[in-house]
Amino acid sequence: MTVRGLIALILLVLATPLVAQTALPPAPYADRQLDDPRLEAKARDLMLTIRCLTCQSQSIADSNASMAGDMRSQIRERIAAGEEPEAIRTWLIDRYGDWVSYEPTAAPILWPLWAAPVLLLGLGFVLMRGRIRRRKGKV
Amino acid sequence: MKRWAIWLPLGLFLAFFGLFASGLLKPDDRLITSKMVGKPVPQFALPAAASDRPALSSADLATGQPRLLNVFASWCVPCAAEAPQLMALKQAGAQIDAVAIRDARPDVDRFLGRWGNPYSRIGLDARSSLQIAMGSSGVPETFVIDGKGVIRHQHIGDIRAEDVPVILAKLAEAR
Repeated sequence: MTVRGLIALILLVLATPLVAQTALPPAPYADRQLDDPRLEAKARDLMLTIRCLTCQSQSIADSNASMAGDMRSQIRERIAAGEEPEAIRTWLIDRYGDWVSYEPTAAPILWPLWAAPVLLLGLGFVLMRGRIRRRKGKV
Repeated sequence: MKRWAIWLPLGLFLAFFGLFASGLLKPDDRLITSKMVGKPVPQFALPAAASDRPALSSADLATGQPRLLNVFASWCVPCAAEAPQLMALKQAGAQIDAVAIRDARPDVDRFLGRWGNPYSRIGLDARSSLQIAMGSSGVPETFVIDGKGVIRHQHIGDIRAEDVPVILAKLAEAR
C-alpha cells in the first residue's frame, strides 16, 4: 500500500459519520438484560413485536437506533416495575397508532387477513372433493 | 374444467400486478403522526437543558396562551436548519418552549450559541421519555399546544420557510 493510500485509510477510520446520532451513552437497560429471566423473557417478547420508529422495518429488539435503545430501556424498566406487556403495547399504540405494533389486531381492516386461511382451506376442500369424485367416476 | 377458468391465472396476475404497481408508484410516506393530537400533554417534569433557560414541566405548557413545543437535539442537523424559521416564528409573536432529546447541557449551550436561542424554556429529555410519551418519532418536530395544555397540531421534520404561515395559523386557531 502506498503512503498516500495509508493516510487516506487512517483518515477514513478517524472520520466521524456526518449524520451522527447522539453522543450520550445508552439508557441503563437498553443493552442490559433484566436480572430476573422470567421478566426479561416477557420484555423480550414485547420488544420483538414493537416496531422501531427510526429504522422502520426492524423491531426495537433488532435496532441500533438510539430511540430504539431508549424504548427498550423503558420497556424493561416498566416490566420490572410490574407492568403487563399488553398494557405497555396499548400505551404505545395510543401514541403511535397500530403502526408501532407488529402484532395484528382484530380491527375491521384486518378481517380479510384472518379470513384468508379459512377461505383458502375451504377452497382446497372443494377442489379436493371435485378430484375425488371425478376419480371415483372414472373407476 | 369450465372455459372461463382458463382466464383465472391471467386475471390473478393482472390483479397482483396492479396492486404492486400502485404500491411502487405511490409516493413513499414514512411519516408516523402522533395519536396524541387532540389529547392533553402527558404529565412530565424535565430538568433544564441550557444554562440560561429554566426547566420545563407540563404545567408550563398550560398557561392560557397557545405555545409551540419544539423537539430538537444539538446533534441533529435539520434542527440547525430550522433555526431561522423558529426565530421568524418568535418574531411573529409565538411563544416557543423546547425539549432537547438525548442531550447534554454543554452541547445544548454550544448549539444555541451558534444557531440562536428562540426558546423560553428548555427541558432535557436524556432518555427520550417525553418524546415517546408525546408520540413523536424523531427530531425535529414541533407541536402546537393550546392554552389548556392540549396538543393541537404536530409538524414533523424541520420547519421550512413555507411552513411558518401554516404554524402561525395553527397557533391562532388554538387561541
